Amino acid sequence: MKRLVVLLGLLLPSLAMAAGGSNVHLDHAAIDRTDKASLQRGAALYMNYCMGCHQTQYQRYQRTFEDLGIPLELGQENLQFSGEKVGEYMRNAMPTASAAKWFGAAPPDLTLVARVRGADWIYTYLRSFYVDDSRPFGVNNKVFPEVGMPHVLQELQGVPRETHEERMIDGEMQQVYAGIQSDGSGMLSPEEYDQAVLDLVNYLVYLGEPSRLEAESIGRWAIIFVLVLFVFVYLLKKEYWRDVH
Amino acid sequence: MWQNLLDWIEYRIPMMRVAKMHAIEYPAPKNMNFWYVFGFLATIVLVNQIVTGIWLTMSFEPSAERAFASVEYIMREVEYGYILRYMHSTGASAFFIVVYLHMFRGMIYGSYQKPRELIWLFGMFIYLALMAEAFMGYVLPWGQMSYWGAQVIVSLFGAIPVIGEDLVIWIQGDYVISGATLNRFFALHVIALPLVLVILVFLHIVALHEVGSNNPDGVEVKRKKGSLKEEEKTKFKMHEYYTNKYDIVDDVVPFFPHIVLKDLVAFAVFLLGFCYILFFKPEMGGYFLEAPNFEIANPLKTPEHIFPVWYFTPFYAILKAIPDKLFGVIAMFLAIIMLALLPWVDRGKVRSWRYRCGLHKVNLLVFAAVFVFLGYLGGTPQAGWKVLASQIATIMYFAFFVLLWMYSKNENTKPLPERITK
Repeated sequence: MKRLVVLLGLLLPSLAMAAGGSNVHLDHAAIDRTDKASLQRGAALYMNYCMGCHQTQYQRYQRTFEDLGIPLELGQENLQFSGEKVGEYMRNAMPTASAAKWFGAAPPDLTLVARVRGADWIYTYLRSFYVDDSRPFGVNNKVFPEVGMPHVLQELQGVPRETHEERMIDGEMQQVYAGIQSDGSGMLSPEEYDQAVLDLVNYLVYLGEPSRLEAESIGRWAIIFVLVLFVFVYLLKKEYWRDVH
Repeated sequence: MWQNLLDWIEYRIPMMRVAKMHAIEYPAPKNMNFWYVFGFLATIVLVNQIVTGIWLTMSFEPSAERAFASVEYIMREVEYGYILRYMHSTGASAFFIVVYLHMFRGMIYGSYQKPRELIWLFGMFIYLALMAEAFMGYVLPWGQMSYWGAQVIVSLFGAIPVIGEDLVIWIQGDYVISGATLNRFFALHVIALPLVLVILVFLHIVALHEVGSNNPDGVEVKRKKGSLKEEEKTKFKMHEYYTNKYDIVDDVVPFFPHIVLKDLVAFAVFLLGFCYILFFKPEMGGYFLEAPNFEIANPLKTPEHIFPVWYFTPFYAILKAIPDKLFGVIAMFLAIIMLALLPWVDRGKVRSWRYRCGLHKVNLLVFAAVFVFLGYLGGTPQAGWKVLASQIATIMYFAFFVLLWMYSKNENTKPLPERITK
């Protein structure tokens, strides 16, 4: 028996070594769900650069505009390019079967992508394209190798290339991957580009769970209620049990 | 007027008689500690699952084409639909948390021992029905984990010799997991299994009230008629159904209001955690809602790793620990059957671990630790040391029962107190 206990004691510390997953380091996406300006910029980016291929078919335009504080007419004029009614789901007209042929895989619906991949993953992914002439669209991705998607935000970022630096490893100078750098031909500076991607991620996180902020504000009241309930129930219980010994 | 109405009803249906017999004048040991609240909590969670389930059914569409979208419809467009859905998904995990604690309570205080074997057996059937219910419910949102989890679990039946493959097709209603499977799982999830669960819970409680609750000392509070002096008997008015048969020691309180109030305090504490998860962390870091399940089921794309939800992982680890599929399935079911046989595996006469030998305490604690450890192993990729670890843990799981059977026959127990202690 004792041997079993000791064995268990030896095994338990390994619990700390949780599953690692992908070996690419993910940058932290410091988003702020309450920042409506950021969400609006993110929505604008999404509608302009992503929507052509990626639907968000589980949510309606109207809900999005209302949650983001965008007046409906303004939204319809500037963010809705397909001429549907504002109450429609956010779909596009790209046929799935053809899309699968064009890109190797049909572009997935992105309504819930933030819940599947996580904000950090998307944030890093959109900043990890680099020039790779062996790929059909001339770019590859560090986070999602061999991805079928072209670098859609290239006009913002510029042409991104892998950089290397010389580093001393085990007494030898070696070429080491040192991140991705734009050639500066884009419309945005590197800092502005990071911010733009952050806004886009913020919007996708919102889209994954549009009721998050409402849930939390209701939740605070629910917890206050339960705390009050606890006090009264506890006092009542004490009162009834006073004479039981 | 009020009394007249009550009399009118009572003449036709035994409303007050049942209320008195099973609550107001039902004797419960006064030393029942916090371990005794989980039965009450499980009942509350069952009600929560049924009520939120009814409302979810109003908007859910059980078809392969619409299931995923209709869940998102509930999440986005049904008024407070996301609260209903999270109450249901959080409730599923909460159910298993309270049920596992409830079962462990039964183990440490010997609540399965004579004369409570049937209560334990009904409980085990509830546990089995609950697992089936949870499994089928998890398939309904039709996400990637719904689909591939169902694929893995249903294919287990394929390991059965001769009839296995036909059985799998019969269960699926198709050659693969498909809309047909989803529809029948929906039927079983919302009608068949809840009915079975409610009936089993009813029997569980009827059996409990017939023999009475155990307590942390494992000492009976009901004594032979005529064995107690008047001052030793309880001062509370208890129902004549019990007092006619037994003398009841002055160590009991009425179930209502005393025990109910205690349970309500526990309920408030439970609600605190429940509401926190429900409103702030509904995914619970991927344990209550797995990330891949936010992606619609795709029969052509296997997820990188397929894990069952956390409450199945201990048994999943046992399954994976054994290289042969058939023996793995047998071991997995045996792990549950051994639990059900506990009243007969344990040959001891003393119930509570307070008065049993030191080895028993160690055995129980190691068993609990092994169960949690298996749960961890079953929820992570089986690689390297984990294969060996899960094999060792599987052996340790079964060793609990073997050891218990061996030492419980002539166990070195402590003397039981005459009356229950504080």
